[in-house]
Amino acid sequence: MTAALSIRNLTKTYGDKFEALKGISLEVQPGDFFALLGPNGAGKSTTIGIICSLVRKTGGVVEVFGINTDTHFSEAKMNIGVVPQEFNFSMFEKVLDIVTQQGGYYGLPVRVARERAEKYLRKLGLWEKRSTPARMLSGGMKRRLMIARALVHEPKLLILDEPTAGVDIELRRSMWDFLQEINAAGTTIILTTHYLEEAESLCRNVAIIDQGDIIKNTSIRELLKELNKEVFIFDCSGDLTATPSVAGYHTRLLDERSFEVEIEKGQSLNRLFEALTAQGLDIVSMRNKANRLEELFMAMVADNQKRGDKGVAQ
Amino acid sequence: MNYQQQWVALSTLVRKEIRRFTRIWVQTLLPPAITMALYFVIFGKLIGERIGEMGGFDYIQFVVPGLIMMAVLTNSYSNVTSSFFSAKFQRSVEELLVSPTPNYIILLGYCLGGMARGLAVGVIVTVLSLFFTQLPIHSWLIVVSIVTLTAMLFALAGFINAVYANTFDDISIVPTFVLTPLTYLGGVFFSIDLLSEFWQSVARLNPILYMVNTFRYGLLGVSDVNVTGAIIGLVVCVLVLFFVALHLLKNGKRLRA
Repeated sequence: MTAALSIRNLTKTYGDKFEALKGISLEVQPGDFFALLGPNGAGKSTTIGIICSLVRKTGGVVEVFGINTDTHFSEAKMNIGVVPQEFNFSMFEKVLDIVTQQGGYYGLPVRVARERAEKYLRKLGLWEKRSTPARMLSGGMKRRLMIARALVHEPKLLILDEPTAGVDIELRRSMWDFLQEINAAGTTIILTTHYLEEAESLCRNVAIIDQGDIIKNTSIRELLKELNKEVFIFDCSGDLTATPSVAGYHTRLLDERSFEVEIEKGQSLNRLFEALTAQGLDIVSMRNKANRLEELFMAMVADNQKRGDKGVAQ
Repeated sequence: MNYQQQWVALSTLVRKEIRRFTRIWVQTLLPPAITMALYFVIFGKLIGERIGEMGGFDYIQFVVPGLIMMAVLTNSYSNVTSSFFSAKFQRSVEELLVSPTPNYIILLGYCLGGMARGLAVGVIVTVLSLFFTQLPIHSWLIVVSIVTLTAMLFALAGFINAVYANTFDDISIVPTFVLTPLTYLGGVFFSIDLLSEFWQSVARLNPILYMVNTFRYGLLGVSDVNVTGAIIGLVVCVLVLFFVALHLLKNGKRLRA
């Protein structure tokens, strides 16, 4: 099957010195919901910039549904919709005009572009604001406007660079639902995000990029299997007089009604609960201390940076 | 992108540009109308009547073609510089850069937008001038072709200025320090016959002189320059600037990282 996105040996050097991408290769399959993760300055936005031609690559090949972006520029772009990190529309234009115009730039006749603009503005809850100049919209509305604009030509590949940055939880959840809906309808989605919970909830596959290299490219499920230990927080119904102690488990008292337990891969939760019950503890809730993916991500990036530092020292 | 889709993209961009300058007509269409009306009153009527004839015509008839041309070229130029630089500044130019719209359509779209404003102002100024004097038409063909070519040339020049500009100051330097002096010394208010031979030679280095005089020829049938040569020269300049601007777009000069 032809990949939705195929990147081979992609390099980007800014000026003469800064190597933002060091020859990354990546494939995203059609219909996938793919996360591109990495710390600030890792090369995520550069990669996206190259795919949608806002950044000139130094070397390598980019193909979108088998179409080379160098040799078949227009055809390749017809398949891509992009939602950038920063607001990049004219603040003085009206919402409907911004979306309709974008349709025109993809060759959609005015009538079709207006119909599509209405469809996506309604779906994203912006139809009532169609005659409002963009500068009058709230931050969340501006983000949704960029999504509607990216979808007006109904691309097969949608790329979102930090789409929910600065968006409140309720709106973020509704945007997740919307993205899952269009992904289920067949649109391949590539997402960069700082909210690892977002990647874990939405995405099936992930690439972690750091210092211009892809340090991991796998499914979220496989990635989470690499998690060697997790820390859970337990809340009790009554006050705790001392730190609960269970052989083989590291525990720590947090306050008078809660404590945390470090559980290593393969350790039984049943045995833990039995031991806690035997001590007369009534557990009323339990949760992960930190997002699981976040822990892994931090560990991987830290390892990669250590390796990088050693390389520099040598 | 097939030709029909390219046509849609071009008409979308041109409509957007026209909507932009008509939305802010108080900033774009009204000021040149007021300025030119003042020129007509002061230079045409009050001072002009004391000057008498120039080039065989009343002074106001002599200056009107130059003033119309001045309005056309400055407005074509400033429309593209301000629109394209604002799009760069607000990053809304990325809407076009990520789309499949070919570079030549982007360039044409902005230039046609600039020309539309230049020509709209030209028409407004012409209508205003008719309150002060009569304008004979010596050659419609020359009038239309020289105005169109001049508007195109200055729209292209404005585009190149906007591509290179990093700040709002950068888009006002050329109009203030280059365009205005060249326009005032470009035979708008006087015939170069009034100058000494040396200064006539210097004046002939000014490209605006050729545009103003060719336009004046189209209206009044008098010119200080060779009209055919001026039109050919203008076509060459338009082609050169078009390919320079296209090259800048293709290379993403100050547009793509």
